[in-house]
Amino acid sequence: MTYLLCLILLAVGLYAVLAKRNLIKIIVGMAIVEYALNMLFILFGYRYNGRSPILEASQEVRNIVDPLPQALILTAIVIGLATTALMVAVAVRIHEKYGTFDITKIRKLKG
Amino acid sequence: MNREPGMSLIVKTVTRLTVGTILLYGIYIVLHGHLSPGGGFAGGVIIALSLVHLMLAFGKDVALKKISMSAAETLEDFGAIMFITIAFLGLAGGYFFLHIYGTGQPFKLLSAHMVLLSNIGIACKVGGGLFLVLVAIIAAGNGRKK
Amino acid sequence: MATIDINLLLIVMIVGAVIAVQIRDMLSCIVAIGLVGLAQSLAFLILKAPDLAIVQLVVEILTLVVLLRATIKRGEIEAEQRRDYFSEVLAVALCVLILVFAYPVIKMLPEFGYPAMTIGKEYIAQGLEKTGAANLVSAIILDFRAYDTLGEAVVLFTAVCGALVVLRKVGRKKPGGAGAEE
Repeated sequence: MTYLLCLILLAVGLYAVLAKRNLIKIIVGMAIVEYALNMLFILFGYRYNGRSPILEASQEVRNIVDPLPQALILTAIVIGLATTALMVAVAVRIHEKYGTFDITKIRKLKG
Repeated sequence: MNREPGMSLIVKTVTRLTVGTILLYGIYIVLHGHLSPGGGFAGGVIIALSLVHLMLAFGKDVALKKISMSAAETLEDFGAIMFITIAFLGLAGGYFFLHIYGTGQPFKLLSAHMVLLSNIGIACKVGGGLFLVLVAIIAAGNGRKK
Repeated sequence: MATIDINLLLIVMIVGAVIAVQIRDMLSCIVAIGLVGLAQSLAFLILKAPDLAIVQLVVEILTLVVLLRATIKRGEIEAEQRRDYFSEVLAVALCVLILVFAYPVIKMLPEFGYPAMTIGKEYIAQGLEKTGAANLVSAIILDFRAYDTLGEAVVLFTAVCGALVVLRKVGRKKPGGAGAEE
């Protein structure tokens, strides 16, 4: 049930990439797809009644959630920001050249 | 759109108080990365946030006088070179990225030397790089300042 | 208890995502994306991942700043409607098809809350004495799996270089010559 909700979020983002006309809406759709994927990975690693993966000096019982997916997704979140900024930079350049964010009009104008 | 750059007087006054605090908080999260949640990535993004905060409140020219684009580029390169140097120093022990620095006593600030130095390198790189990208997007159309 | 909270937060994220995709006003769209990121940060906190909660919150703030400065400041405050009827129906059909094919795979996964954890157990057992760091996630990304961090540094550098090259001001060779931008 929880995994299914995560995949529905991915489908919503995918729909925005495929069926929208504004460039910024396409970028927003890509960001939603990245959120859904990061959420899915962390859901794989959750352990029932687990603790966060920070050890303390006075602690014997070690029922810790899986730290490996968290380590992989930590870099993925920052890379997602860098690629979103790159997409927005290209969109800003297109807007300077054509004056619009609409992709049907960008296709028709020549240079 | 108003004529003078930046935002209103209230925002400028509050910014003077909070920019230093946010920068200090980012440095704290980087240095304590091996003891509490945080680390190089979170601290680096917070450092970039403090610099962007300065630029949004005061306009592009005032912020670029404090930290020019070449200074941010130098910071980013320094962070990347530091991380690569730590990796190559492991070659002295036999492997790339080998852990030869000793661990120290756990739960103290100066333990885990390789993790601490790598955190500082990664924070410089991420902070400088994200600040550069955001300056370029926010101030697009005016070219790069050399 | 954690399952109910996670499900509620996921429903809030889906509602926010649908609003962000469908609404015409650009400012509301960007605010809805902020809601999705904030709910995800809370979900990371409930899933016992405090590192990720910090990073997701500050990354969300920077994404909002970038999107706002790219659209509202340039005067584009409204988006047009969909492309045409055929491509929208096709996109909805494709998304439903993906969900239908993913459902048997979900049923084959281990139950939520009882992960397999064949590698994670070794990191938890030996992490503190081999690296000396109390934060296991930092020990993994900077000591056990440092190559991934090197790859991430390269990707970040490439993205920053690419964004700066795209937004460069092209100079003129001579006044009024070919290739002049403004």
